[in-house]
Amino acid sequence: MLEIDNLQATVADKPILKGLSLSINAGEVHAIMGPNGAGKSTLGYTLGGRPGYTVTGGSVTFAGQDLLALAPHERAAAGFFLGFQYPVEIPGVSNVQFLREAANAQRKARGEEPLSGGEFLKLAREKAALLRMDMEMLKRPVNVGFSGGEKKRAEMVQMGILDPKFAVLDETDSGLDIDALRIVGDGINAIMRKPDKAVLLITHYQRLLDYVKPDFVHVLAGGRIVRTGGPELALELEEQGYEAVA
Amino acid sequence: MNELAPLPTRKAEAFRYTDIDALAGVWPIAREEILVPSGQRTSLDIVEQDEAAVARHLVIELEAGAAFDLRILNAGNAFGRIAVDVRLGEGADFTLGAAQLGRGTQTLEIVTEVHHDAPNAVSRQTVRSVLAGQAVGTYLGKVAVARGCNGTDAEQSVRAMLLDRTATANAKPELEIYADDVKCAHGCAVGELDATGLFYLESRGLTPPEAKRLMLQAFIAEAFAGAQAEESLREAALKRLEGLVCG
Repeated sequence: MLEIDNLQATVADKPILKGLSLSINAGEVHAIMGPNGAGKSTLGYTLGGRPGYTVTGGSVTFAGQDLLALAPHERAAAGFFLGFQYPVEIPGVSNVQFLREAANAQRKARGEEPLSGGEFLKLAREKAALLRMDMEMLKRPVNVGFSGGEKKRAEMVQMGILDPKFAVLDETDSGLDIDALRIVGDGINAIMRKPDKAVLLITHYQRLLDYVKPDFVHVLAGGRIVRTGGPELALELEEQGYEAVA
Repeated sequence: MNELAPLPTRKAEAFRYTDIDALAGVWPIAREEILVPSGQRTSLDIVEQDEAAVARHLVIELEAGAAFDLRILNAGNAFGRIAVDVRLGEGADFTLGAAQLGRGTQTLEIVTEVHHDAPNAVSRQTVRSVLAGQAVGTYLGKVAVARGCNGTDAEQSVRAMLLDRTATANAKPELEIYADDVKCAHGCAVGELDATGLFYLESRGLTPPEAKRLMLQAFIAEAFAGAQAEESLREAALKRLEGLVCG
């Protein structure tokens, strides 16, 4: 589903990704762990197409398409979703309006009929309930005044509504208390644990992986994948630290 | 009437940023006088979105306890100038909510003078400008509080968003206060759309023009909040915004 080959990227002319390769198949959950500054978030933003993250080499193929040739909104319409480490506040724009427009923009790009107001609200209610989020919160401006945990749950509600094929979730577990972590973990499983979907979790901690069990764990350091293993690698990292393992 | 008044130059403060050539075509400007009798409430919506140059000069007097709600969508395709002089009687209440949406080489301006001539009057001015291309958007707003007009509550909130580096916003909120017990606030900001916010919206599937339009809708919303015809003003503004973000 996602094939990253020798990806190199710079931020403000500084090389961050230095030849990263990773192959993710449909039905798989991968986790990337690594020390601060290893390039984890840069990987997420580069895949999402954020301005300022410049690809200087390598390729990324997503569902048979050259992902790097697509604009951010085209990547979304192709089924790519980026969960933000720091979800952005958009004052004055309600979640409901934003998500309905976003869902319908994606549908339009794929040549599908738009969702009616009623159909959209039904879908939003269902996904909000899955993340135990009050519908009233979705009527409020995007992420404004939300706590750290509410922002992360709102990201997962967005993911549920937009129903991507592939999601990169950048530290979706940070800022969550124990109960919220379980809710978010269950949400990720319900939305994305399907034979035709795949997930790349970027995380610092083993604890999310107790709920969303990865098939593969990678260690990212110095802009490259330096080690790959099964779920046991995360436990090993938790016990011994990056320096001993990578 | 102004029939004999000579065409002003840009040395005159109220015409400092105007488009003199365009102004010459519509000069002289007729004074439109509005009197709101004591205790009455009234409102006016001005929607300028046509091809022709427009210049208007409203002179509004609010008697004691009167209220006037003025909303302006200044978004014509040529020169658009709206000057508003207001005199407030005791306990009167004046609201101005305005959006100026410009592109190309348009010059759009709102010039206000609000005179608190008696105690306990309230004035609230909210002006939002969105400017693309080489458009110029100006707000010159003077609030004058006369001697002894205690209990005055005056507020000016002025913000402009530049969609291109070639566009210009001028803003001069001005206070002239000769009373002690007053509440006068003014805020003014000129900026660009937040790039991180735009990327966030685009990453969810909105095209760049859709993402901009959504943020701009939110930006100008305050100008029409609470208006009687809020919905239709927003719809009219939305149509203009769609034109602005598509270039």
